[in-house]
Amino acid sequence: MAFLTALVEGVLLGGYYAMLACGLSFMFGVMRIINLAHGSLAIVAAFALWTIADRYEYDPFLALIVVLPVMGGLGWLLQRGILERSARSGELIPILSTFGLAIVVENVLFECFGADIRSLAPYVGSLAYDSFDLGGGSYIGELAVLTFAVAILLLGGLQLFLTYTPLGRQIRATAEDPDTVELVGVNSRFVNAMAASIALVTVGLAGLFLALRSNFDPYAGSLQLIFAFEAGVIGGTGSLWGTLAGGIILGLAQTLGAHIHPQGFLLAGHAVFLLVLVGRLYISRHALRGFLKARLGW
Amino acid sequence: MTADPRISIQRWTNLSIGVAVVVAVLFVVLAAGPAFLSENLIDRLTVLFIYVCLAVMWNALAGYGGMISAGQQAFFGLGGYLAIRLSEWGVEPYVALILAALLAGVFSLPISAIVLRLRAGEFAIGMWVIAEVVRLLVNLDPIIQGDTGRSLIALATFDAVERRDYTYWLALVSMCFLLAVIFVMLRSRLGSSIQAIRDNEEAAASVGVRVLVTKRIIFVTAAIGCALAGGLWLATFTTFQPRSFFGIQWSAYMIFMVLVGGIGRFEGPILGAIIFFLIELWFGTAGVWYLVILGLTALLFSLFLPGGIWGYIEDRFHVLLLPVGYRVRMPGPSAEDADASQSVTAK
Repeated sequence: MAFLTALVEGVLLGGYYAMLACGLSFMFGVMRIINLAHGSLAIVAAFALWTIADRYEYDPFLALIVVLPVMGGLGWLLQRGILERSARSGELIPILSTFGLAIVVENVLFECFGADIRSLAPYVGSLAYDSFDLGGGSYIGELAVLTFAVAILLLGGLQLFLTYTPLGRQIRATAEDPDTVELVGVNSRFVNAMAASIALVTVGLAGLFLALRSNFDPYAGSLQLIFAFEAGVIGGTGSLWGTLAGGIILGLAQTLGAHIHPQGFLLAGHAVFLLVLVGRLYISRHALRGFLKARLGW
Repeated sequence: MTADPRISIQRWTNLSIGVAVVVAVLFVVLAAGPAFLSENLIDRLTVLFIYVCLAVMWNALAGYGGMISAGQQAFFGLGGYLAIRLSEWGVEPYVALILAALLAGVFSLPISAIVLRLRAGEFAIGMWVIAEVVRLLVNLDPIIQGDTGRSLIALATFDAVERRDYTYWLALVSMCFLLAVIFVMLRSRLGSSIQAIRDNEEAAASVGVRVLVTKRIIFVTAAIGCALAGGLWLATFTTFQPRSFFGIQWSAYMIFMVLVGGIGRFEGPILGAIIFFLIELWFGTAGVWYLVILGLTALLFSLFLPGGIWGYIEDRFHVLLLPVGYRVRMPGPSAEDADASQSVTAK
């Protein structure tokens, strides 16, 4: 039964990873840039929410009304101020700029907030520890279920937005070919900046749920970046629902790994990620087809 | 097609021959350093040599190979850890450092099989994950005692002065050896191949460059170099702590040194390491603000001067201290302007 609970927990944790990863995958999909400051920016949102909750005693969910637009604005600045310029010097330079940005962000956070470990859990009443009774003595946290539901809504909303709205179509077109869309009257600089804003709004949301479900400190961002990246790669970059699948696989591996060994949480997650990489390299489509033909007579 | 006989290819210039002589003299002077330099200065220079090793390795990987790694601390830490491990098995400590570096090179082979096909940002974070995995695995070894770490106890058999001098000489020789290896590599066919891959992998493959083999040679070399630096760091500060040896700050330092000095230039990382060393000397006590400044400087350089300081000097004044490229000498008044030393690395 404990094993079954771990399974459910793993799947729900995957919802959080999907939420965390979708901004990273989205930016990569549109601008071909992997933002190494992704995790640190989620921590920025977490600290912003924590400050509002702690100092002004607002509910963290209510504080989103302020924090999400600010994150969107940061996304705009990030694209216009840093990514756009560094991308002009080739595909390698944005990696260096965003890495530099991550170092700046986490150390400035440290200067402002110190090394104390924080959490938003004390500010949301009983949500942090309430749970649903599954029967047979196993419980599942309400917060985990809420996180998963929000992740599904977020991914679904993004999907609908990209499919049906004019801006969504422009973003997809710019991702395909930024030069050609200019010919048909799309301002690709504007579109990219909007895409970066949207990505950072999702990062803000991920920051909220990170701060609710666990502790964080100024240097917690790099691990979140790694998780987001792993979920994206496992699920296959460029697909929103793939990101959800990747998040769930990562979450499952981690919770089951933690079941086996105290260090297993991180190791099992990394191991699955590396296995997927190896698989991606050596089972090319061609090889897979040959295998199917030989073994199954397809 | 016959070439114009007036066009000639030049590698060594009078300036670079002069510089090579100066470098040789400098090496002899530095080697004699313990005879006339203070103990404090010897310690500092050892650290500088280690920084140069790291910067040169990272530059070989990123500047020439196009592989930006956020996880070279995997090998830096592995070098320190394996040195401890070997020394616990009874290997003489300085021998253990060198063996550890070579062993790390062996470990880098299976890693290269996984990561070398990743591109750009994927490679960067992929290496970061590798560093995390190596750290977690090293933590499982009971002699490391978790985050407490372990000292290279065998070093205590030497007295303090002896140890300082030996480590200094080993660091000096390692630095010169790594510089020489990279210098020879870049001047060989491999140097042209790896730069072709950096500029366009498909195009390089289409003209017969063996992409994976070439990348693997650079990757393994950089792994050995970083592991050697990790071993030397251990010999200097004696205690191995997984969290500090595998810390992401090493990547930040390497990126800073190479980016500020000049990425993809032979002289760049040396200059960058010296600048980093001086900044640390003067501002290292400023704590976290010091890291903010490092990150901010790297960010600003990537935005406004991606070629770094040496890149600026080289493009502006056409100086080339150590010849890793080619100069095409054309007839006519613009002989010196037709500097094609970097044109193998078409931008």
